[in-house]
Amino acid sequence: MSTTTTTPAAGTMAKPAAAGTGRIHPARRKHLTPGRLGVYALLITSAAFFLLPLYVMVATSLKPMEEIRLGNLFSLPLHATVEPWIQAWSSACTGLECRGIQVGFWNSVKIVVPSTVISIFFGALNGYALSFWRVKWAGWFFGILMFGAFVPYQVMMYPLVRSLAAVDLFGTLAGIVLIHTVFGMPVMTLLFRNYYAGVPGELFKAARIDGGGFWRIFFQLMLPMSLPIIVVAVIMQLTNIWNDFILGLVFAGRENLPMTVQLNNVINTTTGERLYNVNMAATILTSMVPLVIYLVSGRWFVRGIAAGAVKG
Amino acid sequence: MASSNPARPRAKPRPWRAMAAQVALLPMALTVLGVYVATVLWSVRISFSSSKIFPKNDFVGFSQYERLFATDRWTVSVHNIVILGVLFIAACLALGFVLAVFLDQRVNGEAVMRTVFLYPYAMSFVATGLVWQWMLNPELGIQSTVRSLGFSNFDFAWIVSQDKVIYTLVIAAVWQASGLVMAVLLAGLRGIDESLWQAARIDGVSRWRYYMSIVLPQLGPAFGTAFVLLAVGVVKFYDVVVAMTQGGPGDASEVPAKFIMDNLFTRANVGLASAASTVLLLTVLALLVPWWYVRSVQAKREKR
Repeated sequence: MSTTTTTPAAGTMAKPAAAGTGRIHPARRKHLTPGRLGVYALLITSAAFFLLPLYVMVATSLKPMEEIRLGNLFSLPLHATVEPWIQAWSSACTGLECRGIQVGFWNSVKIVVPSTVISIFFGALNGYALSFWRVKWAGWFFGILMFGAFVPYQVMMYPLVRSLAAVDLFGTLAGIVLIHTVFGMPVMTLLFRNYYAGVPGELFKAARIDGGGFWRIFFQLMLPMSLPIIVVAVIMQLTNIWNDFILGLVFAGRENLPMTVQLNNVINTTTGERLYNVNMAATILTSMVPLVIYLVSGRWFVRGIAAGAVKG
Repeated sequence: MASSNPARPRAKPRPWRAMAAQVALLPMALTVLGVYVATVLWSVRISFSSSKIFPKNDFVGFSQYERLFATDRWTVSVHNIVILGVLFIAACLALGFVLAVFLDQRVNGEAVMRTVFLYPYAMSFVATGLVWQWMLNPELGIQSTVRSLGFSNFDFAWIVSQDKVIYTLVIAAVWQASGLVMAVLLAGLRGIDESLWQAARIDGVSRWRYYMSIVLPQLGPAFGTAFVLLAVGVVKFYDVVVAMTQGGPGDASEVPAKFIMDNLFTRANVGLASAASTVLLLTVLALLVPWWYVRSVQAKREKR
């Protein structure tokens, strides 16, 4: 991830690289017509627009403050330094504390891991029960749950704060995990319900005839079969919960503030000279986890978007 | 049995009932009742009381609502979210459509470009806001860079301008989310039969006409999906505002979500905040119900 990656990357895209796509198409694309040039010109311009902030982030984070004060946002660092990164990770100040963004990183890990596991477990369980078992009242509840996916958090915020405070869960790790589980339930349930809808009913019946009960069919047949959709769900929940800001801000409590909240505190509440290089290093560090998930998961990430979209 | 209706095997009644299933669905039932129903009703109830820091049990009719709409900050917020929402959704749909169509021209490096267009969507709204805050910084950002190139009259201090700050939020949000539209529409485009283009070409239809009059109408459902995803994002336009402008300069970039949060947690105006969130909820409902209705009518038609 050096600063030089951006420009050559845009360059290689322009080059008509070896046609390795293997798609069969009528002889039409052999030479570059003006129209084709226009297509590439627009795509490359757009790619530049999308990559620019990434380049600026990386470049800024590697510059010493003297270079930043020259006011040339797009220049490459002359004397690249990793000092801002070290500072962002271990000594940047949020309010009075100066222990760096790492505190938020570990808090986020502590929030994201249990929230992801628990919300997916309940999503799978609900989806399974809704798809294969007839529970008379379940349909109504599912309908309201789908509606819940669209209710703005602000509407539920205050009563939830009061309720959690009443049972001593407000501002605790357990509280924020509970909140993420509850707010993740609509999409997770829908995801698994739709997946199980595609499972042949005969399979379930066969399992029943073999004497499988509710839990045994769930744990030994359905759950192992759900691996593809579990992967999609893990990607979705890891990204969503890691990127959450408002819930962490309100419910996590001062001891457990997630990385996004801490990042905002580092940048927007610091007094004195603003260290833009440290700020950008902290921003990259915070975005690193979802970006790596995105780059590694590729098409699975897109599947998650599509799955989350079929609400209702 | 299932082959008679392969698309919806779930519709066949399955005669299995069990206590265990009801027990397993209990957490869902509790969540629905305890969180999605009870808190919403509670909020609505508070909006009819005179609650300040702590909820009161009195009933003051619509006076919180009257106060709400007499509050400048709220009117500005509503005004802002309308502009933001319209521009954000329109720009995302337009840019996403153009990118999807152009990527669909069998270009080299398609996979790389898809990755590039979508990566901002993996980033949080907070990080997005902070990056753009830095790029738009009037003293050290784009403005000063372009000026130092010799264009000394170049003016791009939008983020500190009361009139223009709203557009900076649009730029940041469009950067973050238009790749999502691209991904959804590209999937839709791939589902369109290639032979349509062959037929259209024989009839002498231009590529451009083909996309506008044949492809665009077929992308209806994909556009619907993209629209809903974006619209849900608009209601949650809180993080990016807090990170990028904190509602400023002045209250030029306030949004309803932030108005509610401020009144709940820093201004101790719980009644007013609840009235505002009820208005927000009603707005969401007003947008959702027609959409659901259209979808259920369509679903019925398809079944026939």
